[in-house]
Amino acid sequence: MPGSLHIITLVKWVPDSQLERSIGADRRLDRSEGILGELDEYPLEAALQIAENYENTRVTALTMGPAGASTAVKKALQIGADDGVHLHDEALAGADVYATSAALAAAVNQVRTSGGSEHYLVLTGMASEDGESGAVPAQLAARLGVPVLTQARGVVLQDDQLQVERLSGETLQTVAAPLPVVVSVTDQANEPRYPNFRAMMKAKKKPVAVLGLAELGLTGHGVESKVSVVAAEPRAERTAGRLIHDDGTAGRQIADFLAEEGLL
Amino acid sequence: MTQVLVYFDRVEAHLTPAQAELLTHADALGEVVVVTGSLPGEGQSSAAPLAVKGVTGVLTGSDPVGSPILPPDPALAELITAAAKELDPELILGTDTPDSVDALAATAVKLEAGLITGATGVTASGAATKTVLAGTWHTTAQISGGNAGPLVATLRPNTASQPEPAAKEPEVVELPVAASSAVQVLKQQPLPKSGRPALTEASTVVAFGRGVEGDLALVEQLADELGAALGASRVATDAGWIDHSAQVGQTGVTVSPQLYISVGISGAVQQKAGMQTSGIIVAINKDEDAPVFEIADFGVVGDLNEVLPQLMESIREIRACKA
Repeated sequence: MPGSLHIITLVKWVPDSQLERSIGADRRLDRSEGILGELDEYPLEAALQIAENYENTRVTALTMGPAGASTAVKKALQIGADDGVHLHDEALAGADVYATSAALAAAVNQVRTSGGSEHYLVLTGMASEDGESGAVPAQLAARLGVPVLTQARGVVLQDDQLQVERLSGETLQTVAAPLPVVVSVTDQANEPRYPNFRAMMKAKKKPVAVLGLAELGLTGHGVESKVSVVAAEPRAERTAGRLIHDDGTAGRQIADFLAEEGLL
Repeated sequence: MTQVLVYFDRVEAHLTPAQAELLTHADALGEVVVVTGSLPGEGQSSAAPLAVKGVTGVLTGSDPVGSPILPPDPALAELITAAAKELDPELILGTDTPDSVDALAATAVKLEAGLITGATGVTASGAATKTVLAGTWHTTAQISGGNAGPLVATLRPNTASQPEPAAKEPEVVELPVAASSAVQVLKQQPLPKSGRPALTEASTVVAFGRGVEGDLALVEQLADELGAALGASRVATDAGWIDHSAQVGQTGVTVSPQLYISVGISGAVQQKAGMQTSGIIVAINKDEDAPVFEIADFGVVGDLNEVLPQLMESIREIRACKA
């Protein structure tokens, strides 16, 4: 590919989905502890693979979130991103998809313009592990005025065209769009690498910029949410029902159970 | 009366169960118009699949049969936006497929509207309920303020009944929006047809894991006996026993069928996240400490190669008695 390329990878600091997660009295997710979202490791790996194949490629990890979110950026730098940007502003707490994509679009524009590369590409995970909307990539692309290719099972950069394999309904598609483009990457796309000791040492020297809305030319009003959570309650936990050891009649007993439940 | 615009990412000869369910939701909320970029038919478009109670009309692009607008064409968001400008709806709804989410998310930006994906229910006043955090919490979200515009929402399958058919085909009106070439489709290949229902929409799911050791014969027979979709754990898809699209779990699909039968799956957190809102869960595993038993309504510790054949035989006997 002729010219320089700036890959901006979105990463999110999320509560560990292996642990119990909860929503507080303020109807917001408890985000006091977190990790780099597992699903964000796949777009990062895709970015690093492209960077290994093309000279003049820079990979920036961009996150939006509370103070702790810098941990996610640092992890991304250890894995291999060149630099990081942390968008942090009180006005963004509790942001819905609409507000999140507005803030991220402004941040992407700022990062790519100041980076000065000829082309840019935005990579994201297939969904965040906490919000799970999967809608940010399409909204971000709409705001940037560029095409979006979601749910990529494979990502290939050829010349200045990005090719993606994805599932659309019951059809496997190979689709392509010229740069710039927003691509969401699934966990089928690659096998993310682990940071080694040398990479972790190197990451300490990589720059992280912290930005607020004012630095992006935005006010709190510009990133107002359109929807707000008005009620939240834990779902009644499922409990164990009947447990039997097969004595040679278990198949029959399951069938009887299904019949009792009106499922046959 | 509330105006409801329903978006379908594609309309083929028959509606999918999730599309049909969505029309039940929509009919209960107000007056329904469907917008889609593609319609079946030869030469002339046909709205026959949309002859469903409550559907008052269909809006589509300039050539829904000859040159349909299909995902991931960004012209779909233009089409929905154009339809919304004609109708000024209070609600814009779609099924919860990734293609629908993409088009509706872009539409919400164009209309400056609030978006909620994966809802289990929606009200005419713009509130939506959903389960979040891998099925462990319920939330209700509401569009806020006078400037919020319509509520744009996608609804999960298995949340409503199938609608009644209507006697008359709805009228089709074409809007001046055409397919674009912003995204080029280089190759298309339909997935091999299994003859089974779509995993996310099926009312019964048979899911298998490590325990089947690569032999799918029994779980396939059970799925067909029950008219069920086949799902799998990540271990099973990573082993290549079935396509990755069959993966149920945190990083795969989330299912919520009436009946979920788990065969040879231990049921780690990642698996549970994709199925714990199912109606009834039946689990068969040879390890009595398998976590799946903590959430199963009926658990069997045993060898699936012995339990499944007897289960199928018993199902056939019970059905024969009833018939």
